[in-house]
Amino acid sequence: MVWHRRPFPLTTLGLLLASLPMLAYLLFPLLAMILRINPSTLLTNLTNPEVGQAIWLSMVTTVCSTVLGLGLGTPLAYVLARRRFRGRSLLTTLIELPMVLPPSVAGIALLIAFGRRGLFGTWLNDAGISIAFTMLAVILAQTFVAAPFYIKTAIAGFAGVEREFEQAAMIDGATPAQVFAWITLPLAWPVLLGGLVMTWARALGEFGATILFAGNFPGRTQTMPLAIYLGFEQDIDLSLTLALILLGVSFLILWFVKAILQQQVTTP
Amino acid sequence: MKRSPIALLMILLTLLVAACGAPAAPSPTRPLVATTAPTAAAATTLNVFAAASLTDAFKVIAPAFEAAHPGVKIVYNFAGAQQLAAQINEGAPADVFASANKKQIDVVIASSKIISGTAQIFVRNRLVVITSKANPAGITSLKDLAKPGLKLIFEAKAVPAGQYSLDFLTKASKLPEYTAAYSPTVMANVVSYEDNVRSVLSKIALGEGDAGIVYTTDAATDVEHIGTITIPDELNVVAVYPIAPLVESKVPDLAKAFVAYVLSPEGQQVLVKYGFLLP
Repeated sequence: MVWHRRPFPLTTLGLLLASLPMLAYLLFPLLAMILRINPSTLLTNLTNPEVGQAIWLSMVTTVCSTVLGLGLGTPLAYVLARRRFRGRSLLTTLIELPMVLPPSVAGIALLIAFGRRGLFGTWLNDAGISIAFTMLAVILAQTFVAAPFYIKTAIAGFAGVEREFEQAAMIDGATPAQVFAWITLPLAWPVLLGGLVMTWARALGEFGATILFAGNFPGRTQTMPLAIYLGFEQDIDLSLTLALILLGVSFLILWFVKAILQQQVTTP
Repeated sequence: MKRSPIALLMILLTLLVAACGAPAAPSPTRPLVATTAPTAAAATTLNVFAAASLTDAFKVIAPAFEAAHPGVKIVYNFAGAQQLAAQINEGAPADVFASANKKQIDVVIASSKIISGTAQIFVRNRLVVITSKANPAGITSLKDLAKPGLKLIFEAKAVPAGQYSLDFLTKASKLPEYTAAYSPTVMANVVSYEDNVRSVLSKIALGEGDAGIVYTTDAATDVEHIGTITIPDELNVVAVYPIAPLVESKVPDLAKAFVAYVLSPEGQQVLVKYGFLLP
């Protein structure tokens, strides 16, 4: 290795200097936000009913969309990880699209598909089901944008499980369902959990698709990111309060994911 | 040949730097406005922050003003007036602010970024109820807005049009023909409070909502998909639009010239064409 022969401290110093601008750039805006708000306004705003409503709505909808992602995403991820068929890689790419699309595109797509005059919305409307501007619309918008994070991770998780363990269980007489429940799922679980938490975090931050598809109604469709955006126009302290809560929650989530992944590496 | 990822990275970086143009420092907090410094050959930029409802008329005014002032490039930032006021107070580089109500320009005056008394009313606007062209809910009168089960889309209270809509409902509720129950019944039908007038217009045009309230000028931009119901004068809130140059403008003379142009017969003619009322 060449690295060991180089003068070590100089390299380290160079690296450190090169790392600083990006580090500072990423941290300063967050720091500025924390410094801007004074603790007493933070506490006053926390008791504001609109803040409480937004937090509550965000929690309920993100849990729903994450569970929806888990329930409907797991079989899809399993199929994509375990079966080889024509068009598989095309399908994987299509599923990942919502991750890179601007959320406003997702919002328009959902409106055109499930809106009252949308492709499927017209049938739903005839059946008496109206989705747009409801809490369900919020959940669907979040699921559309966030579920691919779980699916993508889960594919990797299932693909990483050693087939030999499953085959051994099969030989011992386990049914496919038993193998999945007792071997595959427990082995893939840490990765799946990591994917779920990322999905939840993405759903928590969802804004563009929500405001287009679900609109903005306090207590019904106004989640934290919407309240932050609209709050910016009337009461910046209110926005800052919610923003800080989101910041704190997101930090804890990422920390949690790291801890899980760490554990996964250390426990074979 | 051996691949060198570092070399590749360096090439990419060089390209990136070249593409960004080294002298223009990125300004992450002000993404809405072009920040390239004027060079000898380049145009002088005039940043005009204008309420969303002015979009179409102001887009016509820009080339006319630029033709009269060679070397000047107008850069618009269209958004809800309340959003623009917040941006200006947070330090966004605006030269002129054209608001859709007095309240938002007062917000900026309060922070001393506009001198009190320099704001002038340049047009007025009125509200109108809009439905989709197909109008499946059969809304033909203002009273129909209180029909149960409708989906109404309004602007948030912070948006001038949202406040005006509430004023209209309050006025109507005081009349015997509408009764006091009118305003709360209509409000119960609201499914969304949008953050600007144009998004109300789009959602009604798409048929997602049964009715909404926008300015007559907005309704005039999409007659193909929109039907209108007039709000009579005694109930209508006439919105006044003030315009003013900003104190911290780097091109104060140009900012004043733009305000003067908007108030001139040429400017007013364009605004009238887009459905605005003269002050």
